[in-house]
Order: sequence, then structure tokens, then C-alpha cells
Amino acid sequence: MAVQRLVVEQVRLALSSNQAVAYAVRDADVDVVAAYPITPQTTVMEKISEMIANGEMDAELIHVESEHSALSAVVGASAAGARVFTATSSQGLELMHEILHIASGLRLPVVMAVPTRALSAPISIWNDYSDLMNTRDTSWVTLIASTAQEVYDTVIEAFRIAEDPRILLPVMIGYDGFAMSHTYEPVYIAKSPERIREFLPRRDRVKLDPNRPVTMGTITPPEWYYELKYQQVVAMNEALKVVKETDKLLGELLGRDYEPVETYMMDDAEIGFLVYGGVYGTLVEAIDTMRSKGFRVGAARLRLWRPFPVEDLVEKTRNLEKLIVVDRAISYGARIAGPVALEVISAYYYEDDAPLIASVIAGIGQRTITEDDFVKLAEVYMRKGRDSPLYRESIYWGVRGVEVK
Amino acid sequence: MMAGLRLRSIKDLPREELFNPGHGLCAGCTASTIVRHLLKIAGRNTIVVNATGCVEVSTTMYPYTSWKVPWLHVAFENAAAVASGVEAALKAMSRKGLIDPSKRINIIVLAGDGGTYDIGFQALSGMLERGHKLMYVLYDNEAYMNTGIQRSGSTPLHAWTTTTPIGKVMRGKLQPKKPIAEIVAAHRIPYVATTNVAHFMDMDKKFLKGLQVEGPSFIHVLQPCTAGWKFDPRYGIKLARLATETAMWINWEMDHGSFKVTVRVPKRKHVRHYLKLQGRFKGLTEDDIEEIQKYVDAEVERINKLVGAQVIGPLVED
Repeated sequence: MAVQRLVVEQVRLALSSNQAVAYAVRDADVDVVAAYPITPQTTVMEKISEMIANGEMDAELIHVESEHSALSAVVGASAAGARVFTATSSQGLELMHEILHIASGLRLPVVMAVPTRALSAPISIWNDYSDLMNTRDTSWVTLIASTAQEVYDTVIEAFRIAEDPRILLPVMIGYDGFAMSHTYEPVYIAKSPERIREFLPRRDRVKLDPNRPVTMGTITPPEWYYELKYQQVVAMNEALKVVKETDKLLGELLGRDYEPVETYMMDDAEIGFLVYGGVYGTLVEAIDTMRSKGFRVGAARLRLWRPFPVEDLVEKTRNLEKLIVVDRAISYGARIAGPVALEVISAYYYEDDAPLIASVIAGIGQRTITEDDFVKLAEVYMRKGRDSPLYRESIYWGVRGVEVK
Repeated sequence: MMAGLRLRSIKDLPREELFNPGHGLCAGCTASTIVRHLLKIAGRNTIVVNATGCVEVSTTMYPYTSWKVPWLHVAFENAAAVASGVEAALKAMSRKGLIDPSKRINIIVLAGDGGTYDIGFQALSGMLERGHKLMYVLYDNEAYMNTGIQRSGSTPLHAWTTTTPIGKVMRGKLQPKKPIAEIVAAHRIPYVATTNVAHFMDMDKKFLKGLQVEGPSFIHVLQPCTAGWKFDPRYGIKLARLATETAMWINWEMDHGSFKVTVRVPKRKHVRHYLKLQGRFKGLTEDDIEEIQKYVDAEVERINKLVGAQVIGPLVED
């Protein structure tokens, strides 16, 4: 993140990422929120309830009886023309899964926050990204934030991306459950919401309006289904451009700059790490430690997961000798089991002089990742060349009973 | 609903058709009759949320549609939740001046028995408990007809379906219908009614009442299905009437807690008159039929007791 330019007058608060979500939803003038409590999302919903109860936010809150109904209700509300929001984690996101596809298929600008959490069984209320990664193919624009400040900014940005007439796709904002959802950071928020609302103009779109009746959610025969799905492909690809445009506009509004792939000390680095979410902060600290010892290491984080920013990633990591991708989710049965690692390898397939790409699984069920872990990982891969089996398959870092040699 | 609509006779029914012909429902399907009447009563200022089912797949084959009012289908089990969202959206947008606050827009859920009794039950109960102002219309053809006649929680005792065959050991469905309208009434919403496409004035008046009350309303309509019940397409309305005449089906309403049977049956026919016209009850023994009759007799007694009068009369053999 670059130096702050306070363009809109802002106030500094101590907020958890979940609270930052609620402030963004308030400032975005959302009309309908439907949500169902689940750890670690619950305080998002509680904060919004409090804001509505105190008259600080003018929205209908639907206390649905499940996450399936939460997303269904916001889909209905969005189809009726309202600006909508929901939030969930883990099992809740899994229960929504059917409707994730429908929200995007109906081309509705739904915005959802996902403080990520591991999946059952065995049940774990703690963090990893298994839930979010399972939504990969649902056609949601997916951003992953790494600070509470970025969570606030990204939720605001998400409405503009989702409602862009070139896109009209739902947007999901992921961030670490607990490590971010329940920890407090200084966050700058708009002092008054007017400028945020100018940034998010009400745009006309197809909706359920008795004056202009439309039939939404038709049954679609083989003669038409493929074309409608291809339109989603086009919109998703177009979203890369729109996200970057919106990042720029957001920077002009709030004075904070974001990019699909962000880096730290990458220019002369030989070994680089790629991570996503809150662990980036730990990684940056580890980079400083290693740099102080003279190691040429750098950090990158993926902020935009879908659409996948192939060019940005390659441009920012291509000079590395080795790129270590740390995933906090497992694609079981895949030799390279890290979802982002798979994507990075595929991004590099046709590139000459690609770095050696290593896939590391870590942080599963909130097995803590420390600075020391990054230092040790750098040491492991520093010694390993192209012939090492450690590049051929994911390594499971930090799991008892498995030793990485 | 149409402003100032009063329903005294068929002549009062609006002439405007908001449900177009040319859809793919079966010849003799009574669901289209229900929908046609429903939209006449509701009028243009209406949004329909349709659960997955026969009506949904048969009326919206892209790029065609039978609907002249805004219509939304999301999935099978969530129509009540989707409609809750539509209602909340109209409320919020009208409060913020984003839509005309003076216009009253009807929100109607249309769902079959599978989407209501079974897979959609949780979303329905949630919607009722939250008290959204919308009308839920259940067209009940007593099985999963859209997927090809499988048992639902609504399938009546001993009825054949592809998943409850009448075999040597099992005699069709082994359980009676789930009393869905009473379960809905137990949520203490303003208006719940059961009705029948043969008694269309009774049905239409209930649609009108359902749209007028403040809060959720639920209208349960029996919908004879030619394909699933296996009867000659001519007999849909006749069968619906026989359902009431045999008390296999009772038309009642619960209006703000007050219960009333709206179609009285002074002399009741034996259930066999209803069963014999339908292939789904073919192969039942006299004992099976008598078991169904006894179940109906007990139901009649229970309803009469509830009303405190003999609104459904004794069994009279013709």
C-alpha cells in the first residue's frame, strides 16, 4: 500500500475486519441485508444489526433461517433492483453453494464478505481458505484482503465493480477468519458517506418492475444455454480491466492504492513468496528479517483471485529464480494441491524462463504460520534445484509426522 | 390486486389475460387454469416468484415466456426466501424514494407440493415467521410431477407413484398427506385457505383475500394432474369437484384465526367415485379403498367438530 493521500475526509477508528465490513456496507447505502450467524462471520451481522437498530443505516435486515435463504433473499432483493449485501463463512458458504452459481448466472450485483474458515469434518471454527477456494468456479469476482483497512476499502469498491454495466456479476471479499475478523487494526473510514455514495451511483439495470415486465431465471434449451454462459466468461474476463480501473478510482477517492498482485522487495529478489490474505503481514516481516541477513527474498500477494490476473502475476514475479506459493487450502488428490499454485503454474506454462514454482500447503485449520516458517521455507528451497522432487508435488508444511528434507 | 375488485360472480373476473397461451403444460393440466385466474385477480402490479416445478419449466422456455408480469425463478427450495428478499427490497427502495412509494405491488410465490411440503419447507416456515407481506400459492398435484411422478409429502395414502409402486407387499404410498395448510396456519399468519380449481369462485375470492391481508397469506390449491394421476385430460375439473364431494379435499379458510369451511358438502360421496377415475389408484383392493374411506371419515369428523356443525355431511351411497 502506498502512502495515504487523504482525499475524502476520513476518521481513524480501531476496527476488526468484520466491523470494517459493516462500516463499508453502511457507507455504501445498502438497501437489503440478509444473513445468518456463523463463526467467524457473526460480528459482521451483529454490527449491521446495531447500526440499523440505532438508525445509522437505512436498510432492511432479513433474519433468515439459513445461509441458503440468506443468499436466496439477497438474490430476490437484487433482482427487484435493490443494493444488497450478505456475509458468511465455511459451512454457510457451502450451504449457499447452489445459489452462488445462480446469483452469477442471473447476473446480479450481489456483494458478500467471507471471513474464511476451515471446513468440516472434523469441525474446525478456525481459519483456512478451503471455503473460499471451493467457490472458484462459481463466477463470482473474488478479492482477498489482507488488512482491515483493505477490507473496508474493498467492500466499497466491490459494489462499484459488481454494478458496472459491463460486468453485472456478484463480488466476494475474502479475508482471514479470526486472524483478521476478530483482531483490531487502525482503519480510516469516510467521515461522512456522501462522497462514497457519489462513487457508487445508482445505475439502472434489468429488474423486476411491473412497468417493464421481464422473465428472469428461465429454463434454457441447448440452443441458448451455451451463449448465456459464454457471456459470463466475457464479463468475467472484462472484470479484470474493471477491477483495475476501479482500484484507480478508489485510490483517487480514498488515497489508498491497490493492485491485483502486490509485491514487497521483489525487484532484485531471487526467491519470492506468493500468499493471500492476512498472512502477508507476517511474510513482509519475515522478508525484512531475511533481507537484514543478506538474503535476496521478496513477497507477493494475490489480491484478485477471480478473474485470475495472469499478466500482472507474471510481470511481477518473472525475474525470480524460485517462486514459493503458499496455499491455505487443499485440492485433495492433486499432485500440486494448492489451488493458487496450480493457477500460477498454468499462468507460466507458455512463458520462457519461468521461475521454479513450489507449492506449499500451510495454515490448515489455523495451524499458525510464523515468520520463522517463511525463513525456514526459504532455506529449504534455497538449497533445492530443478531436480528436486520438492517442486513436483506440494509439500505439507507444519503437519506432524511429515518431514520436509 | 385490481383496485376495487369485487367478486360476486364470474362476470366480475377481469378480462385481461396476463398469462399467455402457447406454454408447454400438458393438455388438460389444471395448473394453467389456476395461474390464469391468479393473475386475473392480482393484475399487472404483481411480481411472481416461482419455485422450480412444472409451471416454471413449462412457461419460460427461453427465449419465450408466458408471463406478462415480472417473474423470477431462482431454485427449488427457496422461493419463500427469494420472495422475502423481493418484499424487503420494495420496502427499502420505496422508503428511500428509489421507487414510487404509492404503488402497491403484489408479491406472489407460486410453488408445487415438492417445493412446499418437502424441500422448500424450511424457507417457507422462515418466511411465515418473519411475517413478510406476500401471498404463497401452493398448486398441489400430490407428487413430483416435473421429474416424472415421484412420491412427495403430499402424495395421498395408497397412491401409486414411480417411487411408491403398488406391489405385492407395499400398497402405494404408506402414509397420508402431510397437513401442510394446518402447519402453515400454526404459524398464526393472517390468512390461510385451501381451495380447489373446480370451485373457481371460491379459489378466486381466496386469492383476492390473500392479497388484501397485511402479512403473509397461504393459499393451497388442489391441482389434478392428468399425467401423474393418470386420467383422461377431459376430467381435470370433474376430478377436482369429486375431491370436494368425497371430502378427499375440504375447502376451508383460517381468516385471522377464525376457521370456516367455505364449500359445504351436505351429502358426501364414497371415495371410490374419486379414486376410480384415476390410474394412480388402479390395483387397489376393496380393503385399501375402505382404509382410505375410513381415513376420510375421521378427517370429516374432526373438521365438523372443529367447526361445531356438520359442514361436511354423511356418506350417502348413490
